[in-house]
This record gives sequence, structure tokens and C-alpha cells, in this order.
Amino acid sequence: MTTSAAAPNGDLRSGSALRPHAEQTYAAELEALAKADDRQRPPGWHLSPWAVTRYLLGATLDDGTEITPKYIGSRRVVEIAVATLATDRALLLLGVPGTAKTWLSEHLAAAVSGDSTLLVQGTAGTSEEAVRYGWNYARLLAEGPSEAALVPSPVMTAMARGSIGRIEELTRMPSDVQDGLITVLSEKALPVAELGIEVQARRGFNIIATANDRDRGVNDLSSALRRRFNTVVLPVPDSAEDEVRIVTQRVEQLGRSLDLPEVPTSLTEIQRVVTVFRELRSGVTEDSTTRVKSPSGTLSTAEAISVITNGIALAAHFGDGRLRPADVAAGIQGAVVQDRVSDGVVWREYLETVAREREGWGDFYRACREVGA
Amino acid sequence: MAGPRPDTAKVSVLGVRHHGPGSARAVRAALAELEPDIVLIEGPPEADAITSLVGGLQPPVALLVHLSDTPKAGTVRSREGWGFWPFASFSPEWAALVHAHGRGVPVRFCDLPAAHTLAERIARAEAAESAPEEEPEAVDQAPKETPRVRADPLGVLAEAAGYDDAERWWDDVVEQRGDGEPSPFPAIADAMAAVRADSGPEAGRDARREAYMRQTLRSVLKEGYQRVAVVCGAWHAPALRDLADYRIKDDTALLRGLPKVRTTATWVPWTHGRLAAASGYGAGVRAPGWYHHLFTAPDLPVHRWLTEAARILRQEGQPVSSSHVIEGVRLAESLAVLRGRPLAGIDEVSEAVTAVLCEGEQTRAALVHGRMAVGERLGSVPPDTPMVPLQRDLVAAQRRLRLKPEAFERDLDLDLRKDGQRERSVLLHRLRLLGVEWGVPRASGGVARGTFRESWRLCWDPDMDVALIEAAPWGTTVASAATARAVESAADAELPALTALTEQCLFAELGEALPEVLARLTDRAATDSDITHLMSALPPLARAARYGDVRGTDGARLRTVARRLLARVCVGLAPAVRGLDDDAAAVFTRAIDSTHHAAGLLGEGTQDWTEALEALARRENVPGRIAGRANRILADAGRTGPEELRARLGLAMSPGTEPTRAAVWLEGFLQGSGLVLVHDERLLELVDTWLLGLSEDRFTAVLPLLRRTFGAFGGPERQEIGEAVARADGGAAAPPRTRRPIDTGRAAPAVAAVTALLERSGG
Repeated sequence: MTTSAAAPNGDLRSGSALRPHAEQTYAAELEALAKADDRQRPPGWHLSPWAVTRYLLGATLDDGTEITPKYIGSRRVVEIAVATLATDRALLLLGVPGTAKTWLSEHLAAAVSGDSTLLVQGTAGTSEEAVRYGWNYARLLAEGPSEAALVPSPVMTAMARGSIGRIEELTRMPSDVQDGLITVLSEKALPVAELGIEVQARRGFNIIATANDRDRGVNDLSSALRRRFNTVVLPVPDSAEDEVRIVTQRVEQLGRSLDLPEVPTSLTEIQRVVTVFRELRSGVTEDSTTRVKSPSGTLSTAEAISVITNGIALAAHFGDGRLRPADVAAGIQGAVVQDRVSDGVVWREYLETVAREREGWGDFYRACREVGA
Repeated sequence: MAGPRPDTAKVSVLGVRHHGPGSARAVRAALAELEPDIVLIEGPPEADAITSLVGGLQPPVALLVHLSDTPKAGTVRSREGWGFWPFASFSPEWAALVHAHGRGVPVRFCDLPAAHTLAERIARAEAAESAPEEEPEAVDQAPKETPRVRADPLGVLAEAAGYDDAERWWDDVVEQRGDGEPSPFPAIADAMAAVRADSGPEAGRDARREAYMRQTLRSVLKEGYQRVAVVCGAWHAPALRDLADYRIKDDTALLRGLPKVRTTATWVPWTHGRLAAASGYGAGVRAPGWYHHLFTAPDLPVHRWLTEAARILRQEGQPVSSSHVIEGVRLAESLAVLRGRPLAGIDEVSEAVTAVLCEGEQTRAALVHGRMAVGERLGSVPPDTPMVPLQRDLVAAQRRLRLKPEAFERDLDLDLRKDGQRERSVLLHRLRLLGVEWGVPRASGGVARGTFRESWRLCWDPDMDVALIEAAPWGTTVASAATARAVESAADAELPALTALTEQCLFAELGEALPEVLARLTDRAATDSDITHLMSALPPLARAARYGDVRGTDGARLRTVARRLLARVCVGLAPAVRGLDDDAAAVFTRAIDSTHHAAGLLGEGTQDWTEALEALARRENVPGRIAGRANRILADAGRTGPEELRARLGLAMSPGTEPTRAAVWLEGFLQGSGLVLVHDERLLELVDTWLLGLSEDRFTAVLPLLRRTFGAFGGPERQEIGEAVARADGGAAAPPRTRRPIDTGRAAPAVAAVTALLERSGG
């Protein structure tokens, strides 16, 4: 699927994919939506904005096709994201880890342009070639600069095709590489000085970037770039039910892919971890009777997932094969207490004022005390 | 009653949504076109007499209808005997009032008189009160207006139009219309008639209200007015339009024998903030600022709103460019299209503010949006407005307590043990809570709790009448208004302010406000991470809990809250003292002292407190002053034995310790009194050895600190210490300290007197 000029070796592409792309997995749904969609589509879009929101949030079409919800959460967020893309503004999805930024961006790209693969992964080592263009050096040396020797980046390909380009972890890229995007976003054109040409974006081109707003050591966006994006902050899951569901699903998937020994998933333990995370995050107990302090860490759903996975590994290898409070206690403390002093106080207060008196939490309380609050 | 059928051909019924800007525009346009002889408005007819004041009013204002007599504080009548009908500049009723006032056209209010409404409400509340223990809180918090129990008519229409939110449907169809569009009123009345046909005839209160409106309309027609304009809720429009379909006989029957109370009406200033909360005409307005904007902006409401938001953000120092605004408008509009709305509404603009103007910063967006959506403004009323009940209540209290409002300063000393004088103090405290600073406590007297004397300086300023009128929405009596005020200001107060408020509530004997304030206090205590806040909050609470019974307040709840505060202080104490510099440590030491005192007053939970101090006393990285102080407190409390104390002092005074640290340790230790050195000569010896062991420059360095420490003691104390040092220097040769033998016979009366005093204080 990539547009790399190096001829892809057939062996690299053979066999079934471990994880097919969104547009492959949900091809049937996209097709049904396109057929039923009679609203106006912005130029270059495969679906109308209205149909895109239906694809993401789930619906039942008139012909009976069931569209599964892709994003469990606020309708508002999806609507703003789609409306942003429709005004040909770039979209920046911001949020703590584990709030489905990448997931949402993939599905948006799949629904809007039928292609979610034009992807640049931002890392500290991402070079300018990854967002602009590079050269096939063998050809460059042999034939001199020519279009044939040009290796377009996913962004350039997206411009040429009029589809959505995706940039993951935008803030992890070095600042100078980020700023390479400014021309792309404001002029909608990418000049190739060596050839004296420029690639102009076709209608339908746009960029969806994701970034993590709680990480340390990231390169903040320059305000020139920042103001070319509409920013949507993805919230943590609204209800405890949703979050438990997300955690349970992910834990199962992870357990399978890591080949962990079978441990009966204990819903009680998952609920407990989710409850502790939610309460500390929101600063109030689920029954809204007691206020608690919030620690400095993010306590995202992703961390809850890793606490549980970790606990399962402990239970499988060292415990009695069942997930017990003691297996998650250390993990949970590690996730909560990021700063030893201030978070330590928060965690101890939580244990003493909330966990201690809660029915059925005795084992958990003792286990946490044992770990050494 | 027989007679010619009234001619309703020229009667126009304008069905509106209360506080709907589009409705207001439409009413304004319709009235200008109709040029009616008389305007009828849905509202209590008691206010007919004061419509002449409209010219001097600055909206938002509210009609206040209350009982003519002043009910006794705390009774159902004082709680339920009043109601508000607020008007904002964008209320259609206000548009009608302004039109009529400007053209000199008579205005009448045509709703069921508040005399009946209030009478019904009081009767209901009294029934609820006499019913056996039926959640008294629910009665207290019952909405001031009777909720309208009825199938939501707009909901039915909105659903038919494919909307899930009735307010939004109405907004789209009616409120966001511009000037110059055709009058929507015939269509609204038709739509309502269709819904009413399904829901059947009105019953109960609404039937009576509509009957009364029709009766008013009939009598107006009978008086000879022809072009009559009626401004009423959309729901009632068909009931008035089709006047001929209703029989006079039925309406008279409906209105016969209604309970009645005597009422009076006046205008009071209102705020957008209060408009946003549910009150008055049915539901509250979610975003009065937005409506005000829709009503006042000549065109392009979205563009103007976002430009204003950008301006506010720039004032806050955020760089927001015009291109932000342009993109914001585009996003708001495309969101509206995506949601199938004709124009961007408050939801769309607020999302555009978040995603574009604030670049995803939600707290900043909430700040801007909150400020603009409520768009806080305060109305005003002219000075010749009739007195509000709060003023009358105060006048009655002044007469009863023989406290005259005088324009010059006068001092007043009160002995709180006497009922009459205590009541005066309570009144002055309550007024202070309402922002009426008639009496100001005199600093010299002090208002410390537990003493029974208070000194005040009184001076009445005419501005205070205005303050009273402004406080009118809180309640009709000084007590109930002060209670409501205290509860509301507790909602967003910080911790130290909350403790102060708690104390004020106690002074002002606002027992009803106290639980609410204490609940907020507990919440804040849980989230406040600054332990000095907690520590400064504790002493007033402890005092109140200990001496509460002097003024007859219930101490148990206070004590619980104070104990929890203390528990949190204990947990957070050790981490909080890390890395304090000496100035901060000095402040903290005082906080420790007062907390210790408070813990003593509480009498419970002191175990944890002394343990926390113990941990502090032993730790290495605690600032010297605090460690010294902790040791002293523990020693005084007998928690540290003399041996242990000597060991710790020795450690602190050993050559390995930095001399300045040793000096501040000593200062903390000796703070308040140095007699401990006199009583334990070994301690003195340790200090002495340390001092002698210092090198000369080190000695000069610590000398000022020591001078400060010992200089704080009284003369006799310094002398005793000096003598003790001299004795120590003299070694064994010094004569042992001799005490004069006590003459038990002569001491007996003094001992008896002291014992009696101690017994009396309950100690």
C-alpha cells in the first residue's frame, strides 16, 4: 500500500495481515453507507459529513445494515472533528494516552477518503523527508534529479491524491520537521525546488494529527503551526461501564497477543482498578459523597489496562492463577504515586478515607498497605 | 352574565417563550405594527400599580410580590410568601412593557393574582410541614415557583420536527430569527392549538390562570378598548385567541372561592446569574448572555460573539488573531450544517471557541464561555420604588431591639449573656453577611468567641438601603436572606474564607446555613493541598465546637468536621515542612502552636496529633525551628521524658550541627517561655556547653539569634535563667536552691479560690 518507490518485494506482502486496516475490516459498512448516503459530499470525500458521523458513532441503515459504533464516547467530539475536516482545516486530536486518538484518526481517514494508510509516525528521529519528499539516491546519481527519482512522503501522496494524511504523535517530531507542515497547511502546496515544480493539493486533502498533551519532553507546536489546526481534546471515558468494557476488551486482546497463560479474568478486580482510577482522576468518589485529592499522574484507561495485564502476569507466574487484589496492588500504587511525596500523601489519604471503609475492599486495602503506602 | 358578545376581531394574541430574544424582537415588531390601545401581559396583576416605574428601571429586574404583612421569621409564610417574575432586556414581556411605556399605552398584567398563587402555595407547604416527618429538606428546597406539570408542548412539536431537544427547536424556529421577518405569532398559536387539541383541556391551576386571563381580556373589551395586544406564554395563546369558545359562566365558576392573602408588589434589581438559575417564569435561561447578545446584536450574531470572545482572550494575554475568529466562524457554521440547524447556536459557538480560539485549552475556554454565556449584569431600580419586605423586616427588628439607624458614628458595647443584647449582635452580624455594614466590630474589643463582650461602631449610610434592595432576592427577612446569602457564598469560597464564614454563621446564629457551609468546608478540606490553609481553618472551628454552647449552637457536627480537618493535618504535616526557609518555618511554627491549642480544645484526636509531632521531632531534615518547637510542645505535654529531652537537645546542640540551625532550634524550643531551662539544670548545662564550644566567629554569627530568643522573655524570667547559669558556674560550691517553707495556713484561702475557679470553668 505504501508508495515507496523501492519496488516492494512480493514476499513482504504475502500472507494475511495480523491487523487489517479500518477500510478493509469495515469495507462492507462503508459501502452500504455510501450507497445510502444521499447528502452532499464535499469535493474529494467518499461520504457526506453526516454519513461519516454515522459510520463513527454507529447506526442502523434503512436497508437494515448495522453500522457498529467505532468510537464509544461523546457525539460532540466526533461532530467537531468531522466539521473541521469539512472546512478543510487540519485536525489535531489531543488527549492523554489511551483515549483512542489514533483509532479515531484511522477511522476518520478511512471514512472520508477510503484510505487510512498515508501515515507518518512522529518520533524524535523523524526527518524532513518523512513529511516532504526524499530521493531514490541510486536513481538520482544515475539520472540526475527527475520525478522518477523523487520519493514522495505520505503527506505528499495525500496531497496528490486528495485524501487524508495522518500524522501520529506530532509533538514527538523535532520542531523544524513540524514546521515543514506549515506551507503544506497554509499554501496547500509543496514545492520541489530541485525540479522547479510544486505539488498542489487536490480537493479533499487534509491532515489529521494526534498528540499527547501530558507527556514530558515533547516539542511543543509553534504557534504558527498550532493555529492552522482545530484542536479537539478527547476526554477520558464518560461512564464507568464504558471504561470497564474498554479495559476488559483490551486486556483480553493483549493477553492473547502476549501469549500469557490463561487467567480467569476477574471482573471484580477490573472494576476495582477502574473505580480507583476514575475516583482519583475526577477527585470525587463514584457515589459523589466524598472528595479526594487527585495525583499528578494521568491515570488513563491505558494505564488501567497495563495494571491489569501486569497483575495477570503476576498471578499466572507467581500467584495461584487467579487475579487477586495483591496482584494489582503494587501496579496500582506505581501508577498513582508518580511523585513520591505529594502523590504518596494523596494515595495514603485515599486508602484511609475511602478504600478502608468500603465494603468488600478489605483485602485490597490490606494488600496496598502491605506494599507500603 | 348576558350581554353582547365582545368584539375580538382586533385582539392580537402574541404567544411567546418567556425570555426568548426572537420572541422579544417579534413582539417589538408586532406591537409597532399593531399600535394597540392597551397591552395585556402575563404576570401578576398586583404589579399594575407600579408599571409607571418602568421608565426608571434598568433590566434585568424582577417583580417581587410578597405578603403585605411581615411574617414571623422561620415560619412557612416567611419562606413561601413571596415570588419573583424576572425580566431581562430580551424578555418579550419587557419589550411589551417598554413599548407601552414609550407610547403612553396602558398596561395590565393578566395572570392569576399572586394573592391566590401564594395562598395556595402556603397552604400546601403548611400541609407538608404538618405531615409527619416528610423529608424537611425537600420542603426547604422546593422551587419558589410552582413547577408546571404538563406534557411539554414544545417537546411534542420539536419531536414532530425531528429534534430531540425542545429548547433547540424553538431556538432555531423562533428565537434566532432576525428583524424584518413576518410575524410568527399566528403560526405559533395554530401549532399550540393543534397540540392542545391532543392533550385535552387544561385542568387545575393552569385552567384557573387561563380563565383569569380571559376574564381580564373580557373586562378590557367591555371598557371599550378595541385594539388589544396580549403577550403570554405560547401555550396559552389559543385559549385567549379563541375567546368566544369559552363560556363566561365556566370561567367565573373556576375562579370562585379561591384562597387569598394580602399581597404587595415591588421591583427589585436582578442579575443574569440569577436568571440562569431556574426561577420566576418556569424554567431558567441556560445562557442569558447569549440571548442578550442575540437580542442586541444587529446582525451576524456568530461573528460578533466570536470577535468578542477573541477580545476577552486578548485581554487575558492570549494571542488570538483575526484568522482564529474567521476559522471559528467557519467551524461553528459547518457544525450547524452538520447538525441540520439553520444557524449556529450557543453549543456551536462554544465548541468553536474551544477548538479554534483556545486551541483545545478547556479551562481557558470554560472561563471565556462561562463569562460570556451568563454575561453578568446587574439591573437597577429608581429610589422611589416601594420598600422591599427585607427593609420592612429590618425596620421592625430595629424597633423591637431599640436600635435606631443614625447617620453619625456611635459605639455600642454588648453583653452577650443578656438576650436582648445578644439579639442585637446577631442582627448586626446578619446584616454584615448581607453586605450592609451598619455595624463594624471595633478592633480593640475583639470578637473572639468564648468571650461575652462585643464592641461595635454603628453608622447608617443611605447607600445601605440600596444594598438592602439588592439583597432582596435572597429572602424577605434578614434571617432568611442572610442564610441564603451565606449558603451561596459558600459555594465558591476558598478554605480560609469558608472557616471565616462558618464563624460568621455562628455569630449570626444562622443554624440553617451551617450544615451547607460545613459540607462545603469538608469538600474544600479534602482537595486543598496547602496544609497551612487547613491549619488556619482549624482553630476557629475548634473554638466554635468547644464554646458553641455559649450561644446555643450544636457542637457535635462542628466537632466532627474539626476532627476530620485535624486528621488531614496529621497526614500532611511531615511532607509539608520539608525545605521551608526560616521565615516560612516561623510562620509554620505559629500554625503548629495554634493547631496544638485547637487539638487541645477538641479533646479528641489529639493522639494522632501528638504522634505526628513526635515524628516531626525526631526527623532529621525538618527545619530547626520547627523541630525545636515540636520537642517543646511534646515536653510540655509530658510526652517526652526528661532523659529523652536531654538526649534530643544534646543532639541538636552538638558540635556536628550547623550553629545557625542549633540557634533556631533553640529559639523554637524556648519560644514563649524559657523557664524550662531553670527547672532542668541539665538542659541548661547542655546549652551552656554548646555555647562555650563555639569558635569566636561562629559565636558572633549566632549571637543575634540568641539575643532575639532570650530578649523575648520577661525580666524576671531572664533573671532566673541568669541566676541558674551563675549557680552552674559556681559549681558544687553554690548553695543549693532554697525555697521558703510554705505557710499552709495562709495559703489555704488562695488555694480554695483557685480550686473554685477551676471547678467553675469545668476544667
